Amino acid sequence: MDKVIIAKEISLAYSNNETIINKASISINAGSFVFITGASGSGKSTLLKSFYGALKINQGTLIVGGVELKKISTKKLNFLRRHIGIVFQDYKLIKEWTIEKNIMLPLIINGYEKGVTKIQVETLLKHVRLKHQSGKYPPELSGGEQQRVAMARALAHNPIMILADEPTGNLDDYSSQLIWNLLEGANTQLNTTVIVVTHHIPESLKVDYKHFHIEYGSINEVN
Amino acid sequence: MKSIKNHLSLIVALLSILFSMQVFIIVDRSLEAYKENLVTNYSVIIVSQKRLSKDDIFAVNTMISDIKELTPDSIIDRLNTGMEKKNIEFLKLTLPKFYKLSLKYYPSTKEIEKLTKDLLSNSSIKKVENFSHTHDITYKLLLLFKAVVSVFAISIFIVTSLLIFKELKIWQFKHTERMSIMALFGAPVWLRSAVLFRLSIVDALIASAIAFGLFEYISTNTLILEQFSNIGISVVIFNPIDDFILLLSVSLTLSILLASLIVLGHKEEV
Repeated sequence: MDKVIIAKEISLAYSNNETIINKASISINAGSFVFITGASGSGKSTLLKSFYGALKINQGTLIVGGVELKKISTKKLNFLRRHIGIVFQDYKLIKEWTIEKNIMLPLIINGYEKGVTKIQVETLLKHVRLKHQSGKYPPELSGGEQQRVAMARALAHNPIMILADEPTGNLDDYSSQLIWNLLEGANTQLNTTVIVVTHHIPESLKVDYKHFHIEYGSINEVN
Repeated sequence: MKSIKNHLSLIVALLSILFSMQVFIIVDRSLEAYKENLVTNYSVIIVSQKRLSKDDIFAVNTMISDIKELTPDSIIDRLNTGMEKKNIEFLKLTLPKFYKLSLKYYPSTKEIEKLTKDLLSNSSIKKVENFSHTHDITYKLLLLFKAVVSVFAISIFIVTSLLIFKELKIWQFKHTERMSIMALFGAPVWLRSAVLFRLSIVDALIASAIAFGLFEYISTNTLILEQFSNIGISVVIFNPIDDFILLLSVSLTLSILLASLIVLGHKEEV
């Protein structure tokens, strides 16, 4: 099976040289559903950041989507990111844009035609139950609604992989369930690789998944 | 309101650059017109032992545009106290020949010196009167005036460019979050910075349009036109096509260049 992520003995540290991940390895199959858990500060989000090139590895080898990230050029990194959907704990929505335009962002970046963009955004707004709020701006929405917009944005361009950092961290049950359903749907229907960093794995999940746990800087497969 | 204020600061900064630039152009044109005026009144007198042909004198220096021989009649008339016609003719032949040289343009001090030297290299020419003292004062005054205006324009250009740079930096800071989010989704630099370029281009267009209106008004203002006619020169204050294209190009180039410098110097935040 194709590997979408191969990390061999990677070490990650912030600028203060405090090592977060120490010579850890992980490989993720294309089309799989993966959970990465760990205590607060264990390095879950740091590891996820390294997957989309926001943090460079200090040593080891990290290959994402067939691209070695250690010496990647900005152009190649941009190209890689255009094929990834990211969901952040703090949503990272553009406040000055309507939620409709926020969802359009990856489609604009990927150069989709206006007609396709419109249809795709309408479909996604329906999926995240926010069609009636399309003209609103992020600060006018609740946290759960904002995360649903972020989810729709991550799915908009049919990415090969979705990276979600605590996507349901502070959300109500309704929004949380909607987000898990969307992630499941993307994985089962579109064969999108889903990697979720979380504290708790939802029990209601119907999809087969792999579970990695980070502890003391190393990554261990749980099941 | 805040947004208008932000735009205003860039528009005013660009406008001051365009204004100082156009003032420099007007001064330059005025000086050129004044020089043309001066050259019609300026001439060099040469004294030769022999009669010189026009070709001989033209060959000396390319600056010479016209040569007129000055008749000695007025001098002879003063000396003529019952002299015989034969003696007068003889006197005419023995008197040196005087020529008045007109020049193609108003020369610099160095050019005047060279012209004098060139003329004196002809063995027949015994004296050259170039009125260098009067020439020097006028010419140096013109140069001083032009230098003062140049320094003024360049200073405004530098200070205002720094102000624009700072203003664009503030804009970039305001849009950092948006640009970082776009970067996370793989937006190329030009797309992330599109807002910065759009704002600077729009402001450059607005500043150029205001400058156009302002100089169109000035160029048709009778009070200003009177001032120029009082010093005997006619100057094109503002050419609505050539000058506008120049102003527009300068404001667009400057704002795009400064925006590009900011974008290229920006370090990605992750």
